[in-house]
Amino acid sequence: MKMLPLSVKNLTRKPGRTAALTLLTAFLALSVFGGSVVVLSLRAGLQSLEARLGADIILVPSEAQSKVSFQNMFLQGTTGAFYMDSSVQEKAMEVPGVEKVAPQTFLASLKADCCSIKIQVIGIDPARDFTVQPWIARSLTGELGDMDVAVGCKVEAEIGEIIRIYEQRCKVVARLEATGTGLDTAVYCNMNTMNTLLAAAEAKGISHKIASGDDSVISAVYVKVKDGVDIDRVNSALTGHLRKVTAVRTRSMITGVSDSLAGISRTVTVMIVVIWVLALIILLLVYLMIVRERAREFAVLRLVGASRSMLSRMALLESALCGLTGGIAGVALAAIGIFSFSALIESSLGLPYLTPAFSTMLALAAGAVLLSAAVSALASAFAARRLSRVNPGTALREGN
Amino acid sequence: MKLIADNISKTFFRDTASSNYFYAVSPLSLELSPGTVTVLMGRSGSGKTTLLNLLSGLLEPTEGKVFLDDTDLYSLNDGELSRLRNEKIGVIPQARSVVDTLTVMENILLPAALYGKPEAAEEVRQWMDTFEIAHLAGAMPRELSGGELRRVAIIRAIVQHPVFLFADEPTGDLDDENTEKVLSALRACAHEQHMAVLIVTHENDAVKYADRLLKMEKGQLSPKTN
Repeated sequence: MKMLPLSVKNLTRKPGRTAALTLLTAFLALSVFGGSVVVLSLRAGLQSLEARLGADIILVPSEAQSKVSFQNMFLQGTTGAFYMDSSVQEKAMEVPGVEKVAPQTFLASLKADCCSIKIQVIGIDPARDFTVQPWIARSLTGELGDMDVAVGCKVEAEIGEIIRIYEQRCKVVARLEATGTGLDTAVYCNMNTMNTLLAAAEAKGISHKIASGDDSVISAVYVKVKDGVDIDRVNSALTGHLRKVTAVRTRSMITGVSDSLAGISRTVTVMIVVIWVLALIILLLVYLMIVRERAREFAVLRLVGASRSMLSRMALLESALCGLTGGIAGVALAAIGIFSFSALIESSLGLPYLTPAFSTMLALAAGAVLLSAAVSALASAFAARRLSRVNPGTALREGN
Repeated sequence: MKLIADNISKTFFRDTASSNYFYAVSPLSLELSPGTVTVLMGRSGSGKTTLLNLLSGLLEPTEGKVFLDDTDLYSLNDGELSRLRNEKIGVIPQARSVVDTLTVMENILLPAALYGKPEAAEEVRQWMDTFEIAHLAGAMPRELSGGELRRVAIIRAIVQHPVFLFADEPTGDLDDENTEKVLSALRACAHEQHMAVLIVTHENDAVKYADRLLKMEKGQLSPKTN
């Protein structure tokens, strides 16, 4: 049975009807694919953020909260710096329940050669670090040497390139995987390099001195709590034990993000459901209208020997082809929109945003296309049944 | 091969004071054999088209059976009956009966295309020449007049090479010249291609082409006498 050529002719020679049906299903695919990608990107961003923070508690100078929102430094790549005595890490280790600590030192660059904007430079201690180091290790096999830097994926510098920070020449030895957070715009170096950069910044009049006058400064201490120990209790103990230091649970930082993400997920899901319900109702109405319009055509087909099942198959095939075409168009439009405006989406949402892997996107796209084709065919099922049962004699006479 | 209607009737719902149904076709028996032209005459509403639909497998009788040789048409499932209609029965309906999204040529070849049978394009062209619509092969139905559309339906039924050809008012939209051509062609189908042709009409022109004349009145069938 050759219903496909007949269906294709029916679709191509009724361009208005076909375009309307295709557009509706394109809208369905666009909403489900686009919505899913945005929600998945936000979830992946949150997971990435959790993995990158990698600590249970972060210690920052008490002044940090008034000076700069350190949450924004992590989530949106805001540059900024605050300093405290490096002895905080040893004092933190004295608190029962603390398993390990890792210091980090921040420095906001002026304008590096690599970038048209200020970038955040983060110094880590490779020997003690347990948060950034595993991430760097995926892109760099050796050590992060002196005057070597690893750059986030959004920093415009290639491996082997020399970038200048406060007139200091730093060699890019690794480009890091995307995290979907502000960390993607940062540059990482070891503490020796950071001390050199701090001295160079000092020479430019950007002081990092603290009240104690100690040159050995850090910006934050990442604390890992021993397994089975109550993190809140350790958090309280750290707050009590350390003066002029604020202990922040990383989960509380992420909770805000997580809540926002849940809200956005709900909104997107509701929007998708509303769009689908409306589009389904419109599709059903359109197909019911088509029953009347096509009764004569199906009567002729019955007259020349088409069986009911052939006619049902033909109607379902046509709607599935519309759905398939619409689905592909919808997914393509959504993909173009999402990839073209991902930076805008990310900045307007103000949340960690990490586009899913290509294989996941491909699976989502295939799912959206198949779903659109199936829904389109399903919406036409009733119409197909009615059309296949048309009585040729009656239909031809009524349409006469 | 014979088509035998055995005591068939068709009633339709119609709520009147005396009854809630009426006989469109009263119980009747009829036999159609290949090689003959049967002309069925009668006034509008006499039940001619209903009888044609009953005989062509398009409308199941309320009572009685229609046999094609030993096969009871209406005992077949829809797929079997549809295939049989495609292979053995050609119908030229009274109404406009083309698929609007197909060209004239595609409409004529539709019965063969449905079941993937070889297309008799050359034969179609000859018939189109005969009926003076060869220049319309690639045209869409909306570009054709009523008479041209009628000739398309006639060619479609003829090139289907059925054993039984049912024509419902086949000359309704045609001028005298084309009426002659169509009726001659239908007679040739019966006599040369050994088809059983049943022409339903209320026009007297068809009488001279008939091997057998029948009359229908108020659902009752009788041999026509002048």
